[in-house]
Amino acid sequence: MIPKLKPIRPELLDHPSFQQALTLAGEHAADVDRNGRFPSEAIEALRAAGAMSWLVPRELGGAGASLDEAARAVFELSRRCASTGMIFAMHQIQIGCITRHAVQSPWFADYLKRLVREQRLIASATSELGTGGDIRRSIAAIHPAPGAEPFLRFEKKATTISYGASADDLLTTVRRAPDSEPGDQVLVLTHISEMKMKQTDQWDTLGMRGTCSPGFELEATFAPDHILPAPFATISAETMVPFSHILWSHVWLGLSSDAFDRAQNFVRKQARQTPGTTPPSALRLSELSVHMAQFRAMVESALDEYVELTARGDRAALSTVGFAVRINNLKISASEAAVEACLGALRVCGVSGYKNDGPFSIGRNLRDAHSAALMIANDRLYSTNASLLLVHREGK
Amino acid sequence: MGAYVSLNEGDLWALFAGSRNVNTISVQSCSTAEDIRDQLRKIVKDHAGLNLPLDKIEDSTDLYRAGMSSQSSVVLMIAVEAQFGIEFPDAMLSRDVFSNIESIASAIEAIQRADA
Repeated sequence: MIPKLKPIRPELLDHPSFQQALTLAGEHAADVDRNGRFPSEAIEALRAAGAMSWLVPRELGGAGASLDEAARAVFELSRRCASTGMIFAMHQIQIGCITRHAVQSPWFADYLKRLVREQRLIASATSELGTGGDIRRSIAAIHPAPGAEPFLRFEKKATTISYGASADDLLTTVRRAPDSEPGDQVLVLTHISEMKMKQTDQWDTLGMRGTCSPGFELEATFAPDHILPAPFATISAETMVPFSHILWSHVWLGLSSDAFDRAQNFVRKQARQTPGTTPPSALRLSELSVHMAQFRAMVESALDEYVELTARGDRAALSTVGFAVRINNLKISASEAAVEACLGALRVCGVSGYKNDGPFSIGRNLRDAHSAALMIANDRLYSTNASLLLVHREGK
Repeated sequence: MGAYVSLNEGDLWALFAGSRNVNTISVQSCSTAEDIRDQLRKIVKDHAGLNLPLDKIEDSTDLYRAGMSSQSSVVLMIAVEAQFGIEFPDAMLSRDVFSNIESIASAIEAIQRADA
C-alpha cells in the first residue's frame, strides 16, 4: 500500500459526494478506455460534489481550496481512472490561470460565480497547427469583428483539445492583435455554445483514451473583457506551466500507485498459496517500492516549493531561470518514472499483468503512462533546459 | 545533453566561441550609465531576435512584446554576462529583469556596485 499524500481538509475529499465520484471513476474506467469515451459518470459526480469550483476563492462562492487539495484529488481519481484524473487536472489548471490572473476583472469575477453555480467545465486550446508544439507561439490572432465593434474575433486550428466536445468553455491562446509577434499572446475565455467548433480528426490512441482529445477548427466572436488581463507569458510562467507539471505528475503518480497496488496484491495472493515461503516476485516488489518512494518524494517536493512560493506571493521567483529548470525537471522525471513503475509492476505480475482482464492487469496503466513523455514532448523540455543551464547556476 | 539542443544551437555556440574575445577586449572598467544602455542596445539588436532597427529599441521597450522568445532571452543573458564580465545570480535571471534595457542596466549596475 502506498502511504497517503499529505492530509488535507476532510470536508472536501472525504465527503460522500467526492467518494461517489471516485467510485464511479473506478467502475467505468475499463469501459471509458475500451470505447475511448468521455468519463461522463465521474465528471457528473464531480460536478455534484462541487469539485469544479474547489479552487475558486470563497468570496466568489468557491471552496477556496489550495493546490495541495486539488493535487490530492487528482491523485485519488487517477488511481481509479487516469483519463478522469487528467480531465479534472486540466480543468483545475484553467481555473488556476483565471483565479491567479483575472479575478480583478469584474467580468471574470462574475464568470467564476457563474462557474460555481453551474459547475462549468473548462477546456483549453493552446496547441496550434504550424507551431511545432510550441505553446508559447501563436499564429491565430485577435481581429476586430467586422461590423460588430467593439466585439473581437479569432479563428484557430487547434491540433488537440482535450474533452473539447464535452466542455462548456474554452481558454484559447492567440496573438494579441493581427500585427503582434508570435510570442505576444493572450488567453481568451469563450463559451463553446457561442462558438463554431469543427472536429478535424479522431482520438483513437494507445492510452488516455477517455480524455477525447482530437483537433478542432475554432471560430469565436467575443467582447474585449473576455481576454485575461495579464500577458500569457506571465500566466504561463507563474501558473499554467507549474500547475500543469505538478498536477500531471499527480496523475502519473496516481496511475503508478494503482499499478503498484495491483502488483502487491498479486504477490500477496502468491504468498497465501505457499504459506511460509516468500514468493520470488516479492523481491521485485520491494525494488518497486523504492522507486515509488523516490517518485512520490519528487512530486511532493515540487508541490511544496510551488505552494510555498505562491503563499509568500513571490511571483518574481516563479519567473526565474532556476524555477523553470526545476519545474521542467519535475515533468521529465515524473513522466519517465510512471512508465518505469508500470513496467516494474508488469514484471511482478507476469502474464497476469499482461492480460487485459483480471485484477492484476497492468495494460491500461502502462498505456496511459506512455502519454506522459509526449504531453509537451520531453525532448522539447530537455532542449529548453539545455539552454537554460548555460546561464543558471544552482544555489547562486 | 548537448544532443538535445536544437532550436538555437548555432546562436548559442557561436556566441560562446566569440565570448572570450569580447571579455578580454571590450570590458570597460568604468562604464557610465549611458555606456551601459548603449552597449545593451547593440547586444539586444544582435541577440534578442527582434524585428526592430537599433533606433526603435528604447530603454523601456518591452522586449518580449517586441518578439523576444524565451530561447533568445537566454542568448541575451549569456551575451550580457560575456560583455560585462559578470554573472547574474539566479534571482536576477528572471523574466522581469530581462524585459527591457532599463531593468537589465539596473541589474548590471547593482552587480557592479556589489563587486566594487
